[in-house]
Amino acid sequence: MTPMLQLDAVDKAFGGLRVTSNVSFSVMPGEISAIIGPNGAGKTTLFNQITGHLLCDRGAILFQGENLVGKPPRQIVARGIGRAFQIASIFPDETVLDNIRVACLSKLGETRKYWRHVADFKRATDEAHAILDSLGLDGQSERPAFELAHGDQKLLDIGIALALKPKLLLLDEPTAGMSPDERQQTRELIKQLWKSYDLTLVFIEHDMDMVFGIAQVVRVLQQGALLAEGTPEEIRANKQVITAYLGEDF
Amino acid sequence: MDASFLLTQFISGLTMATLLFLVASGLTLIFGVGNVFNFAHGSFYMLGAYFGYQFVSVWSTNFWIALLLSGVCVGLFGMLAEFAFLRRIYGRANEGGFQILLTYAFILIIDDLVKLTWGAEYKSLPRPAGFGGAIQLGDIFIPTYNLLIIAIGMIVVVAAWWVLSHTRPGQVARAAAVDREIVSVLGVNVPMTMTLVFGIATALGGMAGALAAPLRTVTPGAGIEVIIDSLIVVVLGGMGNFWGAWFGALLIGEVNAFAVAVVPQWATLFSFLVMVVVLIFKPEGLFAARKVRKV
Amino acid sequence: MTNLATRNLKAASLWAFIVLIFVLVPVLSTSSYQVNLACHVLIWSLFAVSFNMLWGVTGMLSLGQALYYGLGAYSVGLMVDHLGRQWYLPAMGLGVLAAAALALLLGLLVIRVGGVYFTMLTLAFAQLGWQITFKWYDFTGGDDGIQGIIPPGILESGTVYYYFVLAVVMLSIWVLKRMAFSPFGLVLRCVQQNPDRVRFLGRRVRRNQLRVYVISSLFSALAGSLMAGVDGSIHTDMLFWTTSGEVILMSVLGGINQFFGPFVGATVIILIEDLVGARTEYWSLIIGIIIMVIVLVFPKGVVGEAMRAKSLLTRTGAGR
Repeated sequence: MTPMLQLDAVDKAFGGLRVTSNVSFSVMPGEISAIIGPNGAGKTTLFNQITGHLLCDRGAILFQGENLVGKPPRQIVARGIGRAFQIASIFPDETVLDNIRVACLSKLGETRKYWRHVADFKRATDEAHAILDSLGLDGQSERPAFELAHGDQKLLDIGIALALKPKLLLLDEPTAGMSPDERQQTRELIKQLWKSYDLTLVFIEHDMDMVFGIAQVVRVLQQGALLAEGTPEEIRANKQVITAYLGEDF
Repeated sequence: MDASFLLTQFISGLTMATLLFLVASGLTLIFGVGNVFNFAHGSFYMLGAYFGYQFVSVWSTNFWIALLLSGVCVGLFGMLAEFAFLRRIYGRANEGGFQILLTYAFILIIDDLVKLTWGAEYKSLPRPAGFGGAIQLGDIFIPTYNLLIIAIGMIVVVAAWWVLSHTRPGQVARAAAVDREIVSVLGVNVPMTMTLVFGIATALGGMAGALAAPLRTVTPGAGIEVIIDSLIVVVLGGMGNFWGAWFGALLIGEVNAFAVAVVPQWATLFSFLVMVVVLIFKPEGLFAARKVRKV
Repeated sequence: MTNLATRNLKAASLWAFIVLIFVLVPVLSTSSYQVNLACHVLIWSLFAVSFNMLWGVTGMLSLGQALYYGLGAYSVGLMVDHLGRQWYLPAMGLGVLAAAALALLLGLLVIRVGGVYFTMLTLAFAQLGWQITFKWYDFTGGDDGIQGIIPPGILESGTVYYYFVLAVVMLSIWVLKRMAFSPFGLVLRCVQQNPDRVRFLGRRVRRNQLRVYVISSLFSALAGSLMAGVDGSIHTDMLFWTTSGEVILMSVLGGINQFFGPFVGATVIILIEDLVGARTEYWSLIIGIIIMVIVLVFPKGVVGEAMRAKSLLTRTGAGR
């Protein structure tokens, strides 16, 4: 089986500082996996390289066998990679519904319609409602997005990504800034989404309950390099990971 | 086309370049440090010309003192404008648009205040004593006043270079032009720095206005022409880049001087032409301090 | 929460009410001057609404829309002057096409660089256009402008021309309104709020900015071409930067985040201008102070502040 995503010796340096160095791994279709590591380990940089927001200095990133390096984000998203951002990237003045609907319209290739009201685009509207429903946001669909609670804005960001029907979804710290209760709910929700949308899912997370609770594969980054890769059990038992990141008492 | 013609135009271009640089360097400094585009910068230049007129022609002040006082007065005016008005909109959503609107309001208000104070008719300023004549060089005459302007410009360039590279405020200003967040990390009082920078920049513009007054007539509404020329300079040099402004001013000054001599009616087209060429091939400017964010 | 049908009905009745008022102007007016004034209000409204597609909707502050406004006016003026009155209507169409072509060309240049550069470059190119018009005396009449532009046939009558203007303006604003609430308009608003996210929806940001720049510019040219016949004369001032400034003022006064804000702003400004005795000696001082007050105290504009007041009232009402 060809991997969904394959990183081959990916490098990125800012000035003299190597932020990712020689990172290689493969993500299998249908897999749900986590990337962990201390702050500054290069996790978000890696996402930025995959989605074309940053250029790789060296190495290759293959998505379903095709090299993505050098392609702009616009083309990468069109190939089926979705992403939600560490700080929710939404359209604050639009309604919650329109935030999703614009993504649905984009996916359906209907953004160059100049005449009919957005509400008259039935298919995009129905799809948007379905996504809001699966996120539990449908009750707030007419509110402007900036009014949403922090956690709901992060969900909305995920919703925008889902509306583009990605094969691979990247989530950058989906539970950051949430209360323990919200984390619990979000964890269940993400697992649910992974199943119902048939996704390959990679997430960055500091919340270890989430990492060891739902990931099938865990990858550990340290100072830009891949320190370890394995099942949650293997990672938990890995001496290097314990000293570098998890700590003795874990 | 003989050598004396070339030299005459070259000196004339250098004079214009110096005046342009004094205005444009202030514009670029304000943008570099505070990310503010002062649309009214040309109006401060005009204000400087009127202060010069007031001091020299009305109150018979010594030209050199008048020049200094004009700079100081305009600088104080600029600091007041920043402190009382511009400061209130920093950080607001859509800030760029509101900055332009607010400084646009400054233009309108300064224009009319000038008209109220000095009337709408043209004013002129005599050249200072000792600089009324010209130096003969072969068969051409170079006005000594032009040489004076060029010399003053060079002094300002050297002084600015010294301040920027050898003093702490200068270093802060340079750091800010590259990365604004660094400045707050350095423990600098950012709002005060901005007011001060605004004052220095408008003072430079005001001085340029007073210096230019004996060469050009002083009229209300001169601000907009100056701001467009300075804008072209800044676009050429790269927004926020001090030395880029210097090079841009030199280029536009010379292009203009030669174009005026060859096709006087369409001279302004040529500076636009230069700008269009730069925009096509290097939209972030010839010496961009910071890569222009693509929108 | 009102449902879609009632909202449509409300919008439609507001729309009908506005049109009705303007239809009745020639009937109720006591002088041709008032009809002329209403004509100015309509044309400036179109200009302001099309400008606001750029700024309020997409977040692109152009300080050079006078270029297209003037282009529309001068294509009518020049063709009528050189070729005769029967060319009036074709000249309007030609002016609009020329504006679209010019906007495409300039847009390719000035949209590459964003933010403040865009604003300043639009200003610079518009001033260039003004200078050319001003200095090319043999062709444009320079500072004299062009006089005696009389619309052909039945349009010669002031009242008929008024209804012609009313029809063209209302039709254009309707088209722009449809556009503003279409998927295209939604993408434009998203471009303003979060261009990076728009790219990651798979859309081209600059391509969409170019599209709206061309659209806005061609409607500005249409407004200018209508203006040519209102007073029968045009002047280089139509291309001057203060004209671009005035249209910004109208938008911000009315409120840039509401579609009809600029319409209200244009009406208010034209009426104030008329009351203050159109361009008294210190007119720009008054305008400057108005802008300052709006920017510092009422950044949402007349319509925006009214909507906020209304929503505050209904909220406290619901809380009881």
